[in-house]
Amino acid sequence: MAPPFFSISATIAVVVLVPAVLPAFYVTLFGYVGLGALVALGLVLLTGVSGQTSFGQASFVGLAAYATTLLTKFAGAPPIAGLAAGLVLTGTVAWLLGLVTARLSGHFLALVSVAWGMSFFSLFGTLPWLHGFNGIGNIPPLSLGPLSAESLRVNLGVIWAAVAIVTAMSASLLDSRIGRAIRTLNGARLMAESVGIDTVRLSRAVFVIAALYAGIAGFLFAHFQRFISPTPFSLGASIDYLFMVIIGGAGSLWGAPVGAALVVVLRDQFNDWIPRLTGRVGDFELLVFSLAVIVLLQRAPDGLLPLLARVKRRRPPPAAVASDAPAEAPPLPAAAPTPGTELLALEAISRNFGGLAANRDVSFAVHASEIVALIGPNGAGKTTLFNVVSGVLPPNSGHIRLFGAPAGHLPPRRVAGLGLARTFQHVKLLPARSVLENIALGTHLSGHAGLLRAMLRLDRAEEARLLSEARAQAVRVGLGAVLDAPAGDLPLGRQRVVEIARALCLRPRLLLLDEPAAGLRLPEKQLLAALLRQLRAEGMGVLLVEHDMDFVMQLADRVVVMDFGQKIAEGPPEQVQSDPAVMEAYLGGLT
Amino acid sequence: MDWFVFLALLQDGVTTGAIYLLLAIGLLIVFSVTRVIFVPQGDLLAFGTLTVAALQSGHLPGTLWLLDGVSALALIASLRHGWRGALRGVLAWGIYPLVVTIAALLLAPRQVPAISILLALAIVTPMGPLIWRFAFRPIADASVLALLILSMALHFVLIGLGLVFFGPEEASAPALTDASFDVGDLNVSGQSLAVLLCCALLVLGLRWFFGATIHGKALRAAASDRLGARLVGIDAGATGALAFGLASFIAALAGILIGAVTPLSYDAGFDIGLKGFVAAIMGGLVSYPMAAAGAVLVGVLESLGSFWASAYREVIVFTLLIPVLVWLSLRSGSPEDRA
Repeated sequence: MAPPFFSISATIAVVVLVPAVLPAFYVTLFGYVGLGALVALGLVLLTGVSGQTSFGQASFVGLAAYATTLLTKFAGAPPIAGLAAGLVLTGTVAWLLGLVTARLSGHFLALVSVAWGMSFFSLFGTLPWLHGFNGIGNIPPLSLGPLSAESLRVNLGVIWAAVAIVTAMSASLLDSRIGRAIRTLNGARLMAESVGIDTVRLSRAVFVIAALYAGIAGFLFAHFQRFISPTPFSLGASIDYLFMVIIGGAGSLWGAPVGAALVVVLRDQFNDWIPRLTGRVGDFELLVFSLAVIVLLQRAPDGLLPLLARVKRRRPPPAAVASDAPAEAPPLPAAAPTPGTELLALEAISRNFGGLAANRDVSFAVHASEIVALIGPNGAGKTTLFNVVSGVLPPNSGHIRLFGAPAGHLPPRRVAGLGLARTFQHVKLLPARSVLENIALGTHLSGHAGLLRAMLRLDRAEEARLLSEARAQAVRVGLGAVLDAPAGDLPLGRQRVVEIARALCLRPRLLLLDEPAAGLRLPEKQLLAALLRQLRAEGMGVLLVEHDMDFVMQLADRVVVMDFGQKIAEGPPEQVQSDPAVMEAYLGGLT
Repeated sequence: MDWFVFLALLQDGVTTGAIYLLLAIGLLIVFSVTRVIFVPQGDLLAFGTLTVAALQSGHLPGTLWLLDGVSALALIASLRHGWRGALRGVLAWGIYPLVVTIAALLLAPRQVPAISILLALAIVTPMGPLIWRFAFRPIADASVLALLILSMALHFVLIGLGLVFFGPEEASAPALTDASFDVGDLNVSGQSLAVLLCCALLVLGLRWFFGATIHGKALRAAASDRLGARLVGIDAGATGALAFGLASFIAALAGILIGAVTPLSYDAGFDIGLKGFVAAIMGGLVSYPMAAAGAVLVGVLESLGSFWASAYREVIVFTLLIPVLVWLSLRSGSPEDRA
């Protein structure tokens, strides 16, 4: 977040001063920049942060614009009713589309959005009561009660006030529990589900938010221009909005206004200059603009903003922002310890991949206050078993009892909610985000503030509590000194420890660790072993896969040995170490 | 609608469906090898139609000069890559365009359909590798999204060029055959059969290419694992150029085939390409037989749709995607991490 003084003064300048002093021609242009920025802000959330792409945002703009036009011009309703109707309409349509598309990602969603973008455009042009390409003129101006905004300058102020508000709300959203969860949608969904985030629902929510931003722009557009026709809601317009985001920089909210300004101004300048140079109107403008976009994309694939930011970063970083939360915020309530009872029981679990049996008739149990190690040669089926237990893969046969209840077909999210936390063999973090943020993902289920509360910053008390919990767990695993470093900058072994801290934030009763000690140096291993012993003492059950035999044998209460998908031995470490079947599996029958 | 009309529409639908199938195949090849969603393929299709139409009317098409100009740039760029690169560059971007240009200068005035068609294929096919060379290869490792946006920008570039080269008028390609047959009450046009035949030949040719040639196998390797293919020494630049070359050849051919049935203007390619997308999506962007079924379905539905409610034709085709997506998303089950 920018310092408040800067934000406030910039906002006043943009909303009040600029509209008042700008020459008339630029008022219109600046208005289009603002409208573009609104749509682009939605796309930053959708594309830049959550990794979904929409080539259909212009149709949301169009839906809201037509809704307010029909209501205010033909039904005589006040614009505020037009806004409400437009938002309800775009929100509903986006929600319905999201039902279909939220499970899709990347290029699928993008292509589908092209299709419905074209469908809506074609509907705007053909439905008789929308007046086709002749358009609808004389749309009433913006008004609120007795105040009416005939002047373009006032409209401009309103547009940029909307941009400021939407930017602030988006920034608050990203700086919250939900915001952290949204970041996982871009390529870390499996991890997200493992900490209890409902990724499908969340994708849909982001999609609806982006559509609502476009809806606000559509409402303002209709009353700003006071004339609408299908053309500004075409696929080409949708693509322009994406250009704005990509050119500005999809990774940052500030990329939206920067990109919008560049695209609108460049287009305007090209439309002005190129006919003068070539003597032909309409032939070369799009060509030159598109070539410019291509060159920009090649030179700055992350947009212009990161380039500017790189120059700006010469200044020393601001004082640690993370420390502004009260350190004495009360910790999360711990799950009640249940000493000695059975946490997990596997009965004859089998899991096949095609003809390959990764797990065959595996049975064992894990109890509270117990560390069970799962060992075996590579390819023995240990990670598959982890995925079956944590709900990622349903078993083909057999029964899982988790905390006393059958759990064979629960999705990972539900399993996490029951009190099972896990780490991954191939570390799954958000590498660009800070260690603290990554760890705080684990607190997702202990928070309740939704999107709206986050956007309005009504979630601050809860947020402080969650971050303080994350900080406590980070300190506990020995990451207290690197809280603000990007997680991807840590050595791989330490990244595993970040995963453990994230898992601990779930306050699990059962912890599944997949090769936690791999890549750790000896002192770090000893720290980890001490931590696990302490967790055991607190009543937690731990199931771990590990290849480091010293680590396993000094720590585990019981060892389960797997080979070729089957359990070949189980017992205390000393007993397993002398088991002939185990020696056969590990040493290939040296006798 | 009686049985006769239905059959006629069905024939239309299957013919255009075959065209969509061709485009779907081109898209799948390019996407699986380079992760680029090749939006401008539809525009190359329009280039195909308009280039052959220009040649048939005795003009030299602007696309020829485009080929010469961009090839010259590629030639200059290749000179920096040692003598082997320079040799290849001279062959591909020096000799080849020179030969094509001379052939066009000498042969175009005769206006023989077969020659015009071959020339048009020779002119439009290199556009694919050139697009790869200058647009995509510099950021080949960027995200699918960045590549897609680039693809969209390129689509506008090609539309702009199309307008400059060919003007806003529609034009037709020469028919491969004027023959027609009566089967019962139905008149089957020879052109429809020719389209299906070309389509079948192309599919068989690609099967052979992917199954039996070293270049085809390299493409398959690059498609299944890009990094792995690179590690065993398959040149990512060359496979990309090959994939784009196949796609642009397919697009040019499709343009020549469909141009004889429907006159096209410079900006008509996008819609056709999009329906190729719809077909490809139905195949989940992975399976060729599914894409084929999807393509024919799109063609037939479009043809029936234009009979019943022609204003809503596009809406019908694109809405068709929704049930397919529902099915795809139900099938995909738990969320995966798709980069």
